[in-house]
Amino acid sequence: MALIDLANPTRFVALAERVLPWLVAATAIAFAFGLWGTYLAPDDYQQGATVKIMFIHVPNAWLSMFVWGMMSAAALGTLVWRHPLADVAAKCAAPLGAAFTFLALVTGSLWGRPMWGTYWVWDARLTSVLVLFIMYLAVIALWRTVDDPTRAGRTAAILTLVGAINLPVIKFSVDWWNTLHQPASVFRMGGPAIDLSMLMPLAVMALAFTLLFVTLHLAAMRNEILRRRVRTLMLTQAERAA
Amino acid sequence: MTALTALFARDARIAIRIGGGAMMGVLFFLTVVTLVPFAVGPDLALLRRIGPAILWLGALLSSLLALDRLFANDHEDGSLDLILMARLPLELVVAAKAFAHWVTTGLPLVVASPVLGLFLNLEPTALSAAGLTLLVGTPALTFIGVIGAALATALRRGGLLLPVLVLPLTVPVLIFGVAATNAAVAGPVPFDTPFTILCALTLMSGVIGPFAAAATLRYGME
Repeated sequence: MALIDLANPTRFVALAERVLPWLVAATAIAFAFGLWGTYLAPDDYQQGATVKIMFIHVPNAWLSMFVWGMMSAAALGTLVWRHPLADVAAKCAAPLGAAFTFLALVTGSLWGRPMWGTYWVWDARLTSVLVLFIMYLAVIALWRTVDDPTRAGRTAAILTLVGAINLPVIKFSVDWWNTLHQPASVFRMGGPAIDLSMLMPLAVMALAFTLLFVTLHLAAMRNEILRRRVRTLMLTQAERAA
Repeated sequence: MTALTALFARDARIAIRIGGGAMMGVLFFLTVVTLVPFAVGPDLALLRRIGPAILWLGALLSSLLALDRLFANDHEDGSLDLILMARLPLELVVAAKAFAHWVTTGLPLVVASPVLGLFLNLEPTALSAAGLTLLVGTPALTFIGVIGAALATALRRGGLLLPVLVLPLTVPVLIFGVAATNAAVAGPVPFDTPFTILCALTLMSGVIGPFAAAATLRYGME
């Protein structure tokens, strides 16, 4: 099915209704496997059991950047192709992305307390992720300022694209500035630097969190489409009454 | 070209005249810097150490002050519609307006910074370094700010939103502006390294800002 077939909101909602139960089941299974794998994974020889925070922290951090990337793609869809569902996708992704970023910050802070001896340092990676969190909140604030969804969509799309410049800064901040946060150990030249016994549960947890995002995003998009329909109906009703 | 020059002259004249608010930024800058010793105490050694950062922070906040008038006033009296309908490339129009805005609000901040630096007990090297980095860096703040100004105008109620939208994007400029000033005084990095990155940031925002702001005005207005 081509992307343009989904431009029809009715067809999209029908598809979402059909796919959602399967996605919920897949998410639950992936989380069951992932958490089981996390339980079985060996303790780190230095960090002990606290290393298990990684299995929550790293997928959330990945998703915090992935969601903004998806919002940027949707922003291009809004501005270039005028795809009618692109701004729905962007609007529904912003609160989810903010939640993932918040979780990445909180879990990282809880992990930092026993390992680094402090909840927070003004290190390059931490600071740029905090800026990413503020930008998510700014986009949400922008969506909540304008009542007309199409105009809000276009302005939010431009802000999203300008903010996308921050993404490479976050990805490479650990390489450019030598700081407390460890350098990349999974996606790097020369293959992962993590042992397979830890990499496998991490991969399953990443899959589980991605499925969770897809499920929640699809449900939120369906709700947003229905919400817009209700809004249009109420506007016509008000017009007729006047 | 003549149309752009005329636009520049018009914007500069409006900003300087009564009600234009060109000097308001400098007054705000002075107030912010004056507040700092009240907050941290009149310890001259401490002020000397954090002085460059305070100058940059003050300039950053002051540059936000007049930003929401950049397009909003033109939108109110209808001249923005005329500009949008003219055959000029909108990106150049935005760049000309931004440059006029910088000359009337950013440049006074640069000129005032040595005087305010004396309040903060900065030594001559730090004074000139802060002045130079502000001269190079404040255009970046204006060019990033035009994106926020265009968004705020397109949203009508965006005035409150403007600082929230703009400030996260100015983080790199602030980092390298302060880093270059500190490098000139204390090292250990040579002044050139952060300073050239600051120049690069200004050039980049000089391209991205007008294009993003023009796109906002084109698609965001009703």
